[in-house]
Amino acid sequence: MAHAYTPGLKVTERAVIRKTRRLPLLGEVLVQQGAAVSPDTIVARTNIPGNPQTVNVANSLGVEPEDIADFMKVKTGGSIKKGEVLAEYKSFFGLFKHTVTSPVDGVVEMISTVTGQVTLREPPIPIEVDAYIDGVVEEVLPQEGVIIKTEGAFIQGIFGVGGETQGVIRVAVEGPDDILDEAQVKSDDKGKIIVGGSLVTAAAIKKAGEVGALGIVAGGIIDSDLIEYLGHDIGVAITGHEDVPVTVIITEGFGRMRMAHRTFELLKRLQGFRASINGATQIRAGVMRPEIIVPGYQPQEVAKEQDLSQGLVPGTPLRIIREPYFGQLAEVVDLPPELQVIETEAHVRILRAKLADGTIVTVPRANVEIIEA
Amino acid sequence: MPEEKAAFTLDREINSVLATDCGSTTTKAILIEKVGDEYRLITRGEAPTTVEAPFEDVTAGARNAIREVEELTGRTLLDEKGVITPRRPDGTGVDIYMSTSSAGGGLQMMVAGVVKTMTAESAARAALGAGAIVMDVIAVDDGRKPHEKIQRIRQLRPDMILLSGGIDGGTITHVVEIAELISAAEPKPRLGIGYNLPVIYAGNKDARPHIKNSLSKKVDLRVVDNLRPVLEKEVLGPAREEIHNLFMEHVMAQAPGYNKLMSWTPVPIMPTPGAVGICMQTASKEYDLSVIGVDIGGATTDVFSVFGEFFNRTVSANLGMSYSICNVLLETGVANIMRWIPFDINEGELRNRIRNKMIRPTTIPQTLDDLIIEQAISREALRLAFIHHKSLAVGLRGVHRQRTIGDTFEQTGSGETYIDMMDLGLLIGSGGVLSHAPRRAQAAMMLLDAFQPEGITMLAVDSIFMMPQLGILSTVHPKASMQVFDRDCLIKLGTAIAPTGPSGGAKDGDPCVKVELEVDGKTIVEEVPYGSIKLIKLEDGKKAKAIIHPSRQFDVGKGHGHTLETTVNGGVVGVTIDARGRVFDVPQDKALRNKKLVEWFTAMNLYPEDLLKKYAQV
Repeated sequence: MAHAYTPGLKVTERAVIRKTRRLPLLGEVLVQQGAAVSPDTIVARTNIPGNPQTVNVANSLGVEPEDIADFMKVKTGGSIKKGEVLAEYKSFFGLFKHTVTSPVDGVVEMISTVTGQVTLREPPIPIEVDAYIDGVVEEVLPQEGVIIKTEGAFIQGIFGVGGETQGVIRVAVEGPDDILDEAQVKSDDKGKIIVGGSLVTAAAIKKAGEVGALGIVAGGIIDSDLIEYLGHDIGVAITGHEDVPVTVIITEGFGRMRMAHRTFELLKRLQGFRASINGATQIRAGVMRPEIIVPGYQPQEVAKEQDLSQGLVPGTPLRIIREPYFGQLAEVVDLPPELQVIETEAHVRILRAKLADGTIVTVPRANVEIIEA
Repeated sequence: MPEEKAAFTLDREINSVLATDCGSTTTKAILIEKVGDEYRLITRGEAPTTVEAPFEDVTAGARNAIREVEELTGRTLLDEKGVITPRRPDGTGVDIYMSTSSAGGGLQMMVAGVVKTMTAESAARAALGAGAIVMDVIAVDDGRKPHEKIQRIRQLRPDMILLSGGIDGGTITHVVEIAELISAAEPKPRLGIGYNLPVIYAGNKDARPHIKNSLSKKVDLRVVDNLRPVLEKEVLGPAREEIHNLFMEHVMAQAPGYNKLMSWTPVPIMPTPGAVGICMQTASKEYDLSVIGVDIGGATTDVFSVFGEFFNRTVSANLGMSYSICNVLLETGVANIMRWIPFDINEGELRNRIRNKMIRPTTIPQTLDDLIIEQAISREALRLAFIHHKSLAVGLRGVHRQRTIGDTFEQTGSGETYIDMMDLGLLIGSGGVLSHAPRRAQAAMMLLDAFQPEGITMLAVDSIFMMPQLGILSTVHPKASMQVFDRDCLIKLGTAIAPTGPSGGAKDGDPCVKVELEVDGKTIVEEVPYGSIKLIKLEDGKKAKAIIHPSRQFDVGKGHGHTLETTVNGGVVGVTIDARGRVFDVPQDKALRNKKLVEWFTAMNLYPEDLLKKYAQV
């Protein structure tokens, strides 16, 4: 794999961002191509079939399944309200009456003379998809959704929890080494996305939730603090659906990890801007990383586009992502083409990199990621 | 022969074969050619899989992988239409091309049956054997209320559902009840918005009209023979075949670029694990041995077993070394991982390291400590996956199974596992952590610790994970497949001799086993005490006559204290005499445990001597 390298996470002041907003089932698209949208604009809508309920009428009436059609008060396709009689059976010339009432409002969908079950369908559930970001509808996907385009600042994290939300960015610490603890969370942080440095503590997340903050961005988190916040452990790296009040985005990894200077500085410049964030992470083919999007941000000076077409070359800025230099920033010095033996005795492709303090170290190429602009 | 057969027969002599496996992250191509009288692996190439954006065309990755083969051989195999077949007189192209695939999440299924431990379990076996990941098993008696089952069916978006239940001529009520739940849930497929979900019905044939009545308007219903026509018999072939057909028609046809890939080959594309299963079955038949194979990946661990006519596959969907590494930690607990690490490490630090591997899954250990931690985690992932496998590789429950293979097996009508570790002849490991372990002895030790084979067992690893390609090849050319499997795919690690016991209260250091090995006219005698391991070098390709005398509390297959005479095979590691007992566990006491680990690791020459000495001093 000649071009095998880890592309790294995007941290950029100005990017063209496209978001596909898709319904889970076919439905109706509510906006047209070229329309300007804001995060809460509903762009598509559908109805998913209502919840079904099954009632075993044969058992409840004490009759044979094949006979239940005779006792149904509402036929297939008929509507019924909760508590109304669904089926009735009279015996001994009407002296004894057994009835079954509907547990829900709905429609009788099926009467089974095999099992004696009746399926009731509750009213359809409307599902709406919003735009999530400020932007313009670039493309309409008929009956499915839209693609929204915007330009602005874009930062990817490495791991997150919690879903989509919007809030105003506030940097709560002095530098990327600082810990975001509960003391840094203010009572007026309602609606804010609070930025920390190397670590966010469980106490800080808890307080952020209490004051109504919507998001937190920090370099690292301690494994046990994350479990405490979620109330359960995470086994597989698919997140974003947690029912949590604050979306948390980690930019570097687990443990106390200094936030990359570049990320921290950009977040400082974005202070006061409204951002759309999403903690959803999926690490597999089709990797999805958490993100911070600030549509419309205009940097004073746009940095030159980095050319990544060649992958790693001498001078490429990178981050080491495994022990023994985990978290350190470095620059490629050279890339010997031949396989080399590392401490584990494995034969791997390596590179030599210069750390921030000038030390030259050898690292497997699999253990670095390019810091993308 | 395996049940699954490709709908293709050879119409020409095959001298060159190109096969790809489009995995979830990497597409691997191998070129096989006839060299003299036998088929050999010529070279291989690989490239990232391109099912996802921005490429969204699986053939781009396949072309890249094949291009690497072209570069390495200096031959032209591709043109603008695809792979050139058959091979032309000027040497371009190959005689046949074929492919397997697990890209885009593989084949994800939900299965349903009436009784959880009977028809539902048979349905799960059919789906797993066909190469699927089973997302859930719904049964009348699964303990969930009808609305909970409906909710669950709605939540899951499988690629297809396999519904079974009832014996032919038996009661139809229960299986129709399950069909009605599926109908009520109106499940939608994972791929292809607006398409109907395929549902295969393989239950009581008398219920077919009612099943059609309930389901045919809402799903794409397919009806095949009952997989439990009578209680005593399980017939999985027709269901598996239909799963493969639907995999091609629905899953593959919806996946980006697969229509093009399908046009390159006359052999139907097969799910990767299904092909590996066929490879294992062919190998078991060829070597006349019971086989267990394991493939430990980043997200999942597949275990295959072939004992006599019984083939089983399980997939532990959330046990893996990267994407689901944290689930290994969650399921086994940090203490079980730390018991395989011979040095002190803070528990919090270990947990953070495991999480960091999850979020950066492509990284590799650079330090020996890190390597030892990763191999410790793999022991637990393998152990848990094997426990899972044994729970499903069972005889038909609650009935007297028809004894079709004479008296080789005990009657397992009570649902006991038929995995007999003493009968196991070949244990094959696959997946990065095993195939790419820097020292082969490390792979052997991980297999020994996790599976604890008994008696005499050959250990092997798959050199470059080409079993999927060899599996699909075996459906059209078994000879070529097996020759490459034996000569180029398997790296034989050697033979493990592992006495079971002790039957009484033997102590560490008591006599356990004496082994006499006759190698090149010389006899090597080793007496290995209980609690120890001894490694004897015996090169790959060499065989040795072995006389094995277990002491009276131990058994190597002939009974306690009874001598076994046999032939053992060498390998790149050698012959391992594992006298730690079966079933063994590491000592609870930390200091004693570290001492024993260092002792075993030293005996196996597992890591550099200096490092082990350092650990011994701690």
